[in-house]
Amino acid sequence: MQAAPAIELKGVTKTFGHVVANKNVNLEVRRGEILAILGENGSGKTTLMNMISGIYFPDEGQIFIDGQEVTIRSPKDAFNCGIGMIHQHFKLVDLFTAAENIILGVNDGKKYNVKEAAVRVQEIADRYGFILDPNKKIYDMSVSEKQTVEIIKVLYRGADILILDEPTAVLTPQETGRLFSVLRNMRDDGKSIIIITHKLHEVLSLSDRVSVLRKGEYIGTVNTAETNENELTEMMVGKKITLNIDRPEPKNMKNRLVINDITSVDAFGHTVLDHVSFIARSGEILGIAGIAGSGQRELLEAIAGLQQLRSGEIVYYDPKIDIAVDAEKASEEELQTLIAEDNLILRDPETRVRADLRGKTKAELERMQAGGAAFVRHPRVNLRDKTPTEIREMGVRLSFVPEDRLGMGLVGNMDIIDNMMLRSYKKGMSVFVDRKNPRNLAEEIISELEVVTPGPTTPVRRLSGGNVQKVLVGREIAANPKVLMAAYPVRGLDINSSYTIYNLLTKQKESGVAVIFVGEDLDVLVELCDRILVINSGRVTGLLDGRSATKEEIGLLMTKTDDRQEGEADGSAE
Amino acid sequence: MALLNKIPKENSAAEGQKRVKEPLFHIVKRDAPVWYKAWLIRAAAIVLALLLCAVVTVLLARNVNPLDVFKAMISGNFGTVRRIWVMLQSLSILLCVSLALTPAFKMRFWNIGGEGQILIGGLATAACMKLLGAKMPPVLLIFVMLAASIAAGAIWALIPAVFKAQWNTNETLFTLMMNYVAIQIVSYFTMVWEAHKGSANIGIINSKTHYGWLPQIGNEYLLSIIVVLALTVAMYIYLRYSKHGYEISVVGESQNTARYIGINVKKVIIRTMILSGALCGIAGFLLVGSIDHTITPTSSNNRGFTAIMVSWLAKFNPLMMLLTSFLIVFLECGAKEITTKFSLDKSFSDILTGIILFFIIGCEFFINYQIKFRHSQKEVA
Amino acid sequence: MFTMVRFVTLFHQAVLQGIPILYGSTGEILTEKSGHLNLGIPGVMYFGAISGVIGAFLYENNVPTGEALNPVLAILIPMLSAMLGSLLMGLIYCFLTVSLRANQNVTGLAITTFGVGFGNFFGASLVKITKSEVPSLALPRTSLLFQTQLPFADKLGVFGQLFMSFGFMTYLGVLIAILAALFLRKTRTGLHLRAVGENPATADAAGINVNRYKYSATCIGSMIAGLGGLFYVLDASNGIWANGAFGDRGWLAIALVIFVVWRPDLGVPGSIVFGFLYISYLFIDGLPMRASELFKMAPYIVTIIVLILTSVRKNREHQPPASLGLSYFREER
Repeated sequence: MQAAPAIELKGVTKTFGHVVANKNVNLEVRRGEILAILGENGSGKTTLMNMISGIYFPDEGQIFIDGQEVTIRSPKDAFNCGIGMIHQHFKLVDLFTAAENIILGVNDGKKYNVKEAAVRVQEIADRYGFILDPNKKIYDMSVSEKQTVEIIKVLYRGADILILDEPTAVLTPQETGRLFSVLRNMRDDGKSIIIITHKLHEVLSLSDRVSVLRKGEYIGTVNTAETNENELTEMMVGKKITLNIDRPEPKNMKNRLVINDITSVDAFGHTVLDHVSFIARSGEILGIAGIAGSGQRELLEAIAGLQQLRSGEIVYYDPKIDIAVDAEKASEEELQTLIAEDNLILRDPETRVRADLRGKTKAELERMQAGGAAFVRHPRVNLRDKTPTEIREMGVRLSFVPEDRLGMGLVGNMDIIDNMMLRSYKKGMSVFVDRKNPRNLAEEIISELEVVTPGPTTPVRRLSGGNVQKVLVGREIAANPKVLMAAYPVRGLDINSSYTIYNLLTKQKESGVAVIFVGEDLDVLVELCDRILVINSGRVTGLLDGRSATKEEIGLLMTKTDDRQEGEADGSAE
Repeated sequence: MALLNKIPKENSAAEGQKRVKEPLFHIVKRDAPVWYKAWLIRAAAIVLALLLCAVVTVLLARNVNPLDVFKAMISGNFGTVRRIWVMLQSLSILLCVSLALTPAFKMRFWNIGGEGQILIGGLATAACMKLLGAKMPPVLLIFVMLAASIAAGAIWALIPAVFKAQWNTNETLFTLMMNYVAIQIVSYFTMVWEAHKGSANIGIINSKTHYGWLPQIGNEYLLSIIVVLALTVAMYIYLRYSKHGYEISVVGESQNTARYIGINVKKVIIRTMILSGALCGIAGFLLVGSIDHTITPTSSNNRGFTAIMVSWLAKFNPLMMLLTSFLIVFLECGAKEITTKFSLDKSFSDILTGIILFFIIGCEFFINYQIKFRHSQKEVA
Repeated sequence: MFTMVRFVTLFHQAVLQGIPILYGSTGEILTEKSGHLNLGIPGVMYFGAISGVIGAFLYENNVPTGEALNPVLAILIPMLSAMLGSLLMGLIYCFLTVSLRANQNVTGLAITTFGVGFGNFFGASLVKITKSEVPSLALPRTSLLFQTQLPFADKLGVFGQLFMSFGFMTYLGVLIAILAALFLRKTRTGLHLRAVGENPATADAAGINVNRYKYSATCIGSMIAGLGGLFYVLDASNGIWANGAFGDRGWLAIALVIFVVWRPDLGVPGSIVFGFLYISYLFIDGLPMRASELFKMAPYIVTIIVLILTSVRKNREHQPPASLGLSYFREER
C-alpha cells in the first residue's frame, strides 16, 4: 500500500474581495519528490503556497499532512507541521552572520552558543551540498548565498516539506544549477519539495511531477518524464480568449526610438540588460513580453534616464524639428545612412504624402528634388546617461507610466492637482508653481476618464487602484508625448478600467505616438500590440508580429534558454 | 470563520499569529479623519492635560484653589498690556525658529540643530555690534548684522546638510552635536567680551550708544512681531506655492518619485538646509539685536528644541504654527505666573509644559489610528 | 611640570567626569539597539538623579545628626529611588513611542523638558526646605558612603591611586557596561534585541515579540542612565545638588554612543577619553579660564568626526541600528 502523501490539498478556495485567487484546487505532494507548480504571473501559485505556510487561511477546503487533516493558521502552525517556505523576498538581518540569522527566534531550551549553532549549520550544509560559510555576514553575501541561508534556516527548524517561491528568479545559471543539485540531494534524503516557477526548462530538468495552475484554477498534474514543453505551455496558457480589443492598422510609421545594443549591470553585478536592441516606431504599439524580472523595469528606466548603462545608445529622432536635406550637396553615403535609419523624409509641399525612399539612389533623389520635392531629416538625440531633467530640457517628449504607481509615478499623500504638477511644475520662469492649469487638467482627466473621486483635492492614496492608474496614465498622456512607455498599466485593474487604458493607448498610437507596452497577460499582448518583443533574462529572444503571433509561441520564447545557458546549468548540476 | 474570510490581502504572516491569540483589540490605521474630529481629539487632550496640570499644581503648592491656577495662567498672558506684549514677543521668536525648521522637516530632514543655528546667528550679530558698532553708519551696521547672522546660521546648517546629501550621514545626531559646539563657542566669547572681569557675562552691548540696536516701531516689542508675521506669510507661500516648496514636499514624500521626475535631491537638501539655518540666524539676529541686546549660551532658551514640537504639532503648516506656538508660549507665560503667584520654582513651568506635550504627542495616535475591539462587527469594514 | 602626581589627579578627575556619561551611554545604547533614539536621556538622567537625591534626603534627614547611617539603607534607598524614577520616565517614553507610535525625536525632547524641569523644581524645593543659604543641597553623609574607596587602594601605590581609589558606583558602571556588551554579543536575548533594532519585520517573522523587547530595552536602559545621574550627584559632586550643575552631560552621553560606535564595552575607555577632553584645559598651564569653554567642545567635535567617518567609510559594523528612529507597525509592511 502506498503511504499517504506528505501533504494533500482538497478543494482549496481563496478569494480576495471579488478576485478569486484560487478556486477548488486539489494537490498532493509525496515524500521524497520534487513537485513543480507551474503557472503564469497571477495564476495563484503564490497564494496557494501561502495558505500551506500559514500566511493566508483558505476560505474553503482541507489540508492533510500525512493523511491527517490539519489547520494551519500561522507560520508557527506550519512549522509545527514541518512546513517551511522560502519567500522571494528574504527576511534576514543584514548585519548578522548566517548562523545568527538561522538561530534567530529559535528557543530550543539549550544554552545559547553561536559556535555550536554554526557547526550544526555547517553539518546541514555539508549533508545536502550547500556551499555556505556560517560565519559570513549577510551583507557580504550574494543573492544565492542569502537564499541558501533561508533554506538552511528552514531545515534547521526541522522542516521536511519545503516550498520555494521562484527560487531561480534571482540566480545566475550556474547558481541555479547548484541549487538544483542541492534540491535533488534533499529529495533523495526523503524531503518533499515544492518549487513555484514559470520557467519550463527548469521544470523539466528538476521536477518529478508538475501541477499546473491557470487563472487560479487547478488544471492538472503530469509526470515530468511523460511530458514536454509544448504540452506544458498549452496547459499553462490555455486556449486563446478573445478580448475584442480594437486594433487599428498602424499608419505613418517612422523610427522614433532606436535602442542600440544596450547593456546594464545591477548593484550585485548581475547583467540585467544584455545587448538589447529594438526600434519603437511612431504610430504603433510595441508590446514587451517576458516573465517578471526579465529586465522590463530596467529597460524602461534606462530609456527614461533612471538607469546607468554599460554600453549601447538610445537614439531619439525628434519629430518636432525638421532639418532640410539637400540631395545635391549630401553625399551618397550620407543619404543612404539616412534612408537606412528611416530618417529621410519626403516633404512634398503639395501632396505632403510620405513616400517610401528605400532603394533610392542619390541620383534619383536629386531628380525628385529638381521636380519640386523637399527632403528633411529629424535630429538624432542620444538619451544615454542623461537625467530625466536633461532629457526633458532637450525637448524629448517622453512619458513613462512606471510599474510602481504610488511609489514612483505619483505621490500618494498629495492630491490629484499636485500630482498633475509633477511633470509640469518646472515650466516657466516664475518662482511660483502654477496650479490653475494642473487643476484644469485634473478636472479634465477626472471627467474624461471617469475617475471616481470626491474631487481634485483628494489625496491619490485614497483612490482605488483603477482610479490611481487613470490619474497616472492621464497625466502622462496629457504631456503630449511622442513616446509613451507603460509598465503593467492594467495590473490589479478591473475589466472596465483595463479597457479604458487599452483605448487610451490605442488612441495615442493613432495620433502618431510610439507606444511601448510592457504586459504580462499574453491574451492582451496578442490583441493590443502591433509588434511584440520578447525578452528573457535581459536578452531579446524574439520579435513577433502582433497579428500573427500565438500565445504558445510567445510563451516558449519567454521561457526558453539558449544552448549556452542550458549547458552551463546542466554542467554544474550534475 | 466568517471573520477570517474577510481578512484583507495586506494582512500577512504576523496577522495570522494574532488571530490565534485572539487579542482583545487590534489597531487599524485611520484613513484621514475629518478635520474637526482631529481637532476635537486635540482639544480634548489639551483639556485633560490642563486638568492634570491643575491637579499637579494643587498637590505641589499647598492650599491652592484649582481655579486660581487657571486664573493665574490667563493673567500671566493677558494680565497687563505689557504681559500681552511680552507674550507676543516671545511667541514671535519661537514662531520664527519653528518656521526655520519647518522646510527641513517637510523634507524629512531632522534638523534638531536649531539651538546652535540661533546661537551662532546671534553671536554673529553680537560680534558685529561689538566690533563694528562705532565704525559704520547705523543703518549699514544693521544690514551687516543681518547678513552676518544669516550667513552664520546658514553655514551651521550647511555642514550637516552637505554630509547628509553626500554620504547620508545621520542628520539628527549631527545637528544635535552642532548645538553644543555652538554653545561652547558662545560661552567662550561671553568670556572674551565679558563686561566685568570674571563675570562671564557680556552685559548689555552698546548700552549707551545703542549701536546696532534695531529701531523700535511703536514700542520695543513690535518690530520682531511684525518681522516674524511677515516671515510666516512668506514661508506659507514658499511652501505652498513656490516651485522650491513643491520640490521639498516631493523629496520628503518619496525620493523615488523625485528621481523619476528628475529633481536633484542633493541640491534640494542643501538648499533647504541653508534656508533653514538662515532663518534660525534671523531669529538669533532679532533676539540679540532687538530684544536682549546681549548674548549668553542660554540666549535661545531651548527654542531650537521647543520649535520642533511647535512645527510638528502644526503638521508643518506655517499658519497652524501661529496656533501651536501660541499654545506653548501661553503655557510658558502662564506657568511662569503660577510659579510667582504660588512661590514655586521657575522650573515648574517646564513640568507643566512637559505634561501638556505628553498629552498632545499621545493624542496624535488617536487621530491616526483606530482601536477596534474584538467583538466589533465593523472589524474589517 | 607634568608629574605623575598630577596625572593621577587628572585621571581621577577624568574618570569622575566620565562615569556619569558612561552610565548614560550604556543605557542609551541598549535603547538604541531596540531601534529607539531616546533624546530624552538627559531628562531621564536628571529625573533619576533627583529621585535618588530625594530618597537620600528623606533617609538622611530621618537619621539624627551624629548617628551613623545604616550603610546598606543609605546606599540602597537612593539607588532604588533613582532607578524607579528613571524607570517611570522610560515607561512614559515607551508608552508614547512604542504603543502610541509617536515621533521619537519629539517625544524624547519632551521627556528632556519634563525631566530637567522636574529635577530643578524638586531640587529647588528641597533647598527651600533645608533653608540653606546657598542655592544647593548637601548630602554629606550619604555621599561619603558612595565615595568610600576600596580598602586596599592606599597600599597599591600609583596603581591603587589610579584604579582603586573610586567609589563603588564607578566599578558598577564599568561592570554594567561590560555586562551590556556581553549581553548584546553573547546571549540569545541580546541577539534578538539587535535583530529588533536592525530589522523589526524580520524579528517579528522569526517569532520575536518586538514590542516587548522595545519596552524592556528602553526601560532597563533608562534605569541605567538614571544611575548615572545619581552617581554624578552623590559621588562626583560630593553629594551636592545644585540646579543646572549637571549641565549637558546627558547630551554627552548620546555623543558617546556615537563615539564608541554603539559598543558599550568601548564606552569604558571612551567615557574616560570624554572625561579627559572635558577637563583637558587643566593639562595646559597658564591657559586663560575662557579657553576651557573651547576645550569643552572637544567631545562633540570628535563625535562629529566619528559620525562623519563611519558614514563616509560605510563600514557596516559601525552604523546606527538600521531601524533607529522608525516606529514599527506590523500592518504597514
